[in-house]
Order: sequence, then C-alpha cells, then structure tokens
Amino acid sequence: MRVLGVETSCDETGVAVYDSERGLMAHCLHSQSDTHAVYGGVVPELASRDHIRRISPLIQEVLARAGSDRHDLDALAYTRGPGLAGALLVGASVARSMAWALQRPGLGVHHMEAHLLAPMLEEQAPSFPFVALLVSGGHTMLVRVDGVGRYQVLGQSLDDAAGEAFDKTAKLLGLSYPGGPAVASLANTGDPQRFRFPRPMTDRPGLDFSFSGLKTFTANTAQSAGEDEATRADLARGFEEAMVDTLVTKCRRALAETGVSRLVVAGGVGANARLRERLDALDATEVFYPRIDFCTDNGAMIAYAGHARLSAGESGDNDFNVTPRWDLASLTAPAA
Amino acid sequence: MTGWRQPLADEEATAAWAAHLAASLPPSLMVALEGDLGAGKTTLVRALLRSLGYQGVVPSPTYTLLESYELPDRRIHHLDLYRLADPEELEFIGLRDLLAEDAVVFVEWPSQGGGVLPAMDLTLSLAGADQARRLTVEPSSAAGQAVCDALRAASPQ
Repeated sequence: MRVLGVETSCDETGVAVYDSERGLMAHCLHSQSDTHAVYGGVVPELASRDHIRRISPLIQEVLARAGSDRHDLDALAYTRGPGLAGALLVGASVARSMAWALQRPGLGVHHMEAHLLAPMLEEQAPSFPFVALLVSGGHTMLVRVDGVGRYQVLGQSLDDAAGEAFDKTAKLLGLSYPGGPAVASLANTGDPQRFRFPRPMTDRPGLDFSFSGLKTFTANTAQSAGEDEATRADLARGFEEAMVDTLVTKCRRALAETGVSRLVVAGGVGANARLRERLDALDATEVFYPRIDFCTDNGAMIAYAGHARLSAGESGDNDFNVTPRWDLASLTAPAA
Repeated sequence: MTGWRQPLADEEATAAWAAHLAASLPPSLMVALEGDLGAGKTTLVRALLRSLGYQGVVPSPTYTLLESYELPDRRIHHLDLYRLADPEELEFIGLRDLLAEDAVVFVEWPSQGGGVLPAMDLTLSLAGADQARRLTVEPSSAAGQAVCDALRAASPQ
C-alpha cells in the first residue's frame, strides 16, 4: 500500500510518500520558519499564502523524488487536527480532492498521533510499549504508547512548552532564534552553581509540567544581577540545568510508574546535549532519539500514521472536516 | 474615556481581579494584552477562564497563535501575534471566521496585526516581573468604557 501524506497544521507544509514494501520513498518540507526568522521579524514574503502556494509544487516534487505517479497511490492521508483551522483546511481540501479524483480512500490523521508514531520511521524503531517525551516549541507531553491508537497522556505542560521556554529565555538574554542551541551554547561557559532556578512541579507527585515561571524567574534575575557576559552565561546555564533536571525527573518518574523500559525523545529540545547525557544515564532504560527531520512537523509522519491505520484495516472517511481541537485521548485503535 | 491603574499584589490578587473582569464582559469584545515576556499576560487569561469554570489546560498560544475556548455561555479566543510576520497572516489563522460570531478576543502583541485586526475596545497592560504586578486598564470604545464602569462598580478603588 502506498500512501501520500500531507501536513499543514501550523507553520510547515510537509508532503511524503510511504510504501508498505519500500518504506519512506520521499518527503519534502517547506518550512515557514526558514523564510521568516520567527523571533527576528524578517519578512521576505507573506506567510499567509504559503500552504496554498507551496502544496501543489511540493506534491509534484515528492512524487517525482519517489519516482511515483499519482495513479500509483493507494490512499491519501492528511492532518485533520489539532491545529489552525485555516491551515488545516488547505491540506485537507487538497488531499481530499485528490482522493475523490483518484477514487482512493482518504484519511484524516491526528497530528499528535503522527508525532508519536514518527519514531517507527527509523530503522532502529522502538517496539511497543514505550514512553514518549515530546518536547518542542509547541508541545511538552509524556505519553505511554502501547500501539497504534493506544495512547495514554501521562503528563503535559500546563502553560509554556519546553522549546518555547528556551526561545523566550533566549530572547530575554538577547540571543538569536532558534533559542535552544543559542542558550545551550552560552550555557557551556556558565557556572551551574551561581543561579538556582526553580524546578517547577518536581516537588509534588504527577507528570505535568509548568515552564512559564522559569521565564519570569529569568527576567527577574537578569534585572537584578546585571547583564555582563559572565552573568548571561550563568543565567543560561542555570536555566538549562533547571529545564533538563525537570524533564529528566519527570521521565524517570513516568518510566517507574508505567514499568516501561523504552523511552522515545522527540522534538527539537531532544537535541539538547545535556538532556541526552542525563537521559542516557538512566538505569535500565533504552532511549531512542528519532532524527530531527521526523521530530519537527513533517509529511512523513502523516503518511506513516495514515498507512498504519489503513493497513490495519481501517477504512478511509469520506467527509472533509477538520478538527482544530482534538483530544489525543479520544483516539482508539484502528477499526478493522 | 478614563482608565486606571490597579496594583496586583500576587497571583491571588490577579485571580480575584480576573474574576471581576469575567463578570463584567459583554458577549463580544476586543481586548489588547500588553506587557513584556513574563509579565503575566497568559496567566491573566488563565485566571479569567478558571473563574468562568473552565478546568482544562490553558497553554500559551505563542506557537499555536490561537487557542479557543467554548464555554457554556460564551466563546473566548486567545491570540498571540508575536510570531506573525505580516498582518495578512490573520486571514490564514481564520480571523474572519472567529469574528463572525460573538466572542471575547484577547490579543497579545496586537501591534503585529496592524490594519487587519479590528480596533480594540480595551487595553490591559501588565508591568513588573516580581510577584507584584501593576495593571493599567484603558478603554478605547464605548463598549470598553462600559466594562470599565462595571469593573469600578464591582471593585471600588
């Protein structure tokens, strides 16, 4: 079975072809954060038309790279939600129209389910069950994954996402976007002892996160401690230590509570070296880091998730609704 | 139009004030939220939603650009335009549909939506990154003034 997947839930336009026999045949991404530095405010072109303008050329490009004709497709998958209604509608209408025109099934995929299944695209794929830590600019979640459609949200951020906390801290320290690498690099020369940042929500049971207070703490401390280079580095280090400590504490707790021994770390923050060092040191835990292309928003994960459900016997839907708010917990295993 | 300054001693004071605001809101209103990173803009919206009985997660809308809340008797949208490169992107967010129905719309970084965003009725500015914040309330329309009058009646200075 060969599935074309289309992702347009927020900033990125992603398209990919996944095949039962051949695996991921091609994937293309047009990132809007490439063209306007998100926190810098450079405006080379209007982003508003980008999904619409980019999607047809991207589909053509991905089919060409896959050496596949659209008539070779057996099904079409698109992100049905959650996300921005206007953005979702572009992918949904294009994929749905293609499905109707080609007389193939079309399936609306849950964006977060696709993120959770993305590690299965790797050769070294984890087997079920695993605990996934999704840490990106938009998400911070711990989820137990028992199989396709079998998810249990163990914890999530109650305010800012981890990547957002990095970006906003970078901004407060006068660093460039993206904030993660900039903060981590400045932190390398910082003193981990000078500033003791709070470890939000680690002192009570539960697996939820809260990072908004770290941002306020940085702003307050920066104001009173001054802005010389050494102080900024110490602040970056203090922030990073608190972030990493918090994430590791919650992961350790999630693995202990579920009795699961496999941990998947997905999302841009998963690239942080100090976080990896600490997670790799966890006892009796196998840690997987899917490559970053599959961690950020992309079409490959949508093609894969659509393929996983359709090949398990689920039939496509025939409507063309989008679901901007869609609870992951409402998903069920593929209905054969 | 007259506004005023309101000290908010701590998060409890913020919650109490947000509850007054919630009780004074008409079905439809545009509210600008001003203040630096960490000033407590999202915290204020969260407190307001809690006072209206919303129990779910109220995340920052910085990355999603928009978070919408359907409550039993009203609709609240929380926009963060920080990442907007061009006001025309509001069309892509689906602003036109959002404004077609009655809703209270909180907008962080409204200047990024210049020209496309409707005029604001009320501006809430937060300052001070310590526990204690200073809130400035400024109406900029008759609807905004009515909210201010109701707020003043509910919490005399």
